[in-house]
Amino acid sequence: MSKILAFVESRDNRIKNSGFETASTAVKLAAELGLEAEAILIGNAVANTAAELGAYGIKKVLIAEDPKLEKYSTTAYSKILAEAAKASGADIIILSATAMGKDLSPRVSAKLEAGLVADCTEIKTEGGNIIATRPVYAGKALIDVKVTSPVKIFSLRPNVFKPVAVDGVSAEIEQHNPGITDSDLNVKVKDVIVSDEKLDVTEANVVVSGGRGLKGPENFYLVEDLAKVLGGAAGASRAIVDAGWRPHSDQVGQTGKTVSPSLYIAVGISGAIQHLAGMSSSKCIVAINKDKDAPIFQIADYGIVADALEIMPALTEEFKKVLSN
Amino acid sequence: MKIAVCVSQVPDTTTKVKVGSDGKTIDPAGVTYIINPYDEFAVEAALQLKEKNGGETVVVSVGKDSNKEAIKKAYAMGIEKGILVKSDSEMDSYAVARNLADVLKEINADVILFGKQSIDYDDSQVGSLVAEMLGLPSISVAVTLNIDGNTVTCEREIEGGKEVVESSLPVAITAQRGLNNPRYPNLKGIMAAKSKAIEERQPTFTENKTETISMSLPKPKSKGKIVGTDVSAVPELVKLLREEAKVI
Ligand SMILES: Cc1cc2nc3c(=O)[nH]c(=O)nc-3n(C[C@H](O)[C@H](O)[C@H](O)COP(=O)(O)OP(=O)(O)OC[C@H]3O[C@@H](n4cnc5c(N)ncnc54)[C@H](O)[C@@H]3O)c2cc1C
Ligand SMILES: Nc1ncnc2c1ncn2[C@@H]1O[C@H](COP(=O)(O)O)[C@@H](O)[C@H]1O
Repeated sequence: MSKILAFVESRDNRIKNSGFETASTAVKLAAELGLEAEAILIGNAVANTAAELGAYGIKKVLIAEDPKLEKYSTTAYSKILAEAAKASGADIIILSATAMGKDLSPRVSAKLEAGLVADCTEIKTEGGNIIATRPVYAGKALIDVKVTSPVKIFSLRPNVFKPVAVDGVSAEIEQHNPGITDSDLNVKVKDVIVSDEKLDVTEANVVVSGGRGLKGPENFYLVEDLAKVLGGAAGASRAIVDAGWRPHSDQVGQTGKTVSPSLYIAVGISGAIQHLAGMSSSKCIVAINKDKDAPIFQIADYGIVADALEIMPALTEEFKKVLSN
Repeated sequence: MKIAVCVSQVPDTTTKVKVGSDGKTIDPAGVTYIINPYDEFAVEAALQLKEKNGGETVVVSVGKDSNKEAIKKAYAMGIEKGILVKSDSEMDSYAVARNLADVLKEINADVILFGKQSIDYDDSQVGSLVAEMLGLPSISVAVTLNIDGNTVTCEREIEGGKEVVESSLPVAITAQRGLNNPRYPNLKGIMAAKSKAIEERQPTFTENKTETISMSLPKPKSKGKIVGTDVSAVPELVKLLREEAKVI
């Protein structure tokens, strides 16, 4: 019988948010299609986290453990995922479009000769078929896509599919022998360089981004302070990345990162089409810009037309006050 | 060292997208096409590898006759040979990758370079698909690239940091911005590229695994609210974010 398999990503033996998103989406689709949903965890000691997936309605978790899998390997992980799907009879595979998911899903697609719809923002079922919606042209258009091959793979844009807790199911655990050899570890992560424990813009629920309107790198602390108070991440326009104020990893936009936080605050950013491409799917957008005609106001839900250098300290203080109540 | 680089041709980033008459793809009227920006990093990486290790470079593209412009851009930057797998039909990433893999199998390159993603469909699939189809290791979203003998080491961007990834030749790499600074072609390069031959081939695989049902434009947002024009608007803004938008 056909099944849905969710690949659940973990880091340091903890399930990532995106992992709950894939598990929960698999459960929802399975219910609509009358199928079963299973999840797979790959890594070194990951089994003890499996129980958490029961809370999202996953009844069975496949565990592929090996000390050699402590760090990600594209070749080993893709082999394990493809073989687990085959062995369990899963013909629908759900991943997240994270750095790992984007690297892994095409390899699994080629192994299983399966069509892959990447970075979906919506998935629905229609007469037993899955129809996925995904942004193209950096979000300037959307397409509805279906997969025509027998095995179907979908990757979900992180932060878009909210995990839904269901009434207590306890997840059964099944060991899946990873069966990897040294040649499967041909691509190995030797080391992970964490950028000072800072939250990534793609993972944050609130993103505060700064642009050229901040006048100089010495004022960027205004953006960082607000991001900190809101438990969010600080992002940047390309103009200030090119000017060397911020690293490229913070750039939001068509040639930077795509973010969809609950709240996006654009500070001194004009709202060029390439910037909008990376953030227009944010749930709520706030713009602070001294030019009332700046294009950012066309997509902002709320705006203040004023000097950001004056507004920011007051805004940070006000949030501090309100959040401590 | 034999180095291959795959390039696609995409609408300019300033393009205003309109849905075409088929309801599934964009209206090409008035659109300016450019080489995919990430592919310029791939081309630059190929040229630097050749400059360091000697050898030959070849660029491959799958698509319409107009993709020759992307190949010519690669020529103008310094790539020596170009192959276009010519097809007017819409291919998905899987079909594109199969066609590339069939050409690349023959080329037998030590390093195959791609962009991390095409900025038209933003798929981020083709590089890793091709690698798997050829049974090669791959490193995606590379921001550094070092080759020492048979060992390849790259840093790749992940959420909140970087992974240091090691593999061996032959290898497929997808390039992220930051990998290098693509050179500007000089006039001589541009002139030479104009007349340089491009080998044309027929596609070997045309069966898509996905089908676009329809294309639409995102719903326009209703006009936002200007809360104020000075510091006195701050408490009101915070209140709206809490009570109306409920995001805090
Ligand atoms: C191929 C390509 C790819 C690109 N990719 C990206 C991308 O990924 N991301 C991206 O962001 N850009 C990208 N761009 C660049 C983009 O076109 C814009 O140039 C860039 O976004 C502008 O950054 P900015 O808004 O910080 O600066 P500006 O456009 O200079 O805007 C500064 C804004 O600050 C306001 N301002 C000035 N002083 C103050 C003040 N005291 N208080 C409040 N407001 C003030 C001004 O009114 C203005 O609106 C790309 C461009 C190209 C060609
Ligand atoms: N039609 C094509 N011809 C040649 N290379 C391509 C083509 N489409 C994509 N690529 C390569 O694959 C990379 C990733 O594209 P994509 O998977 O479509 O986002 C691009 O940056 C190119 O290097």
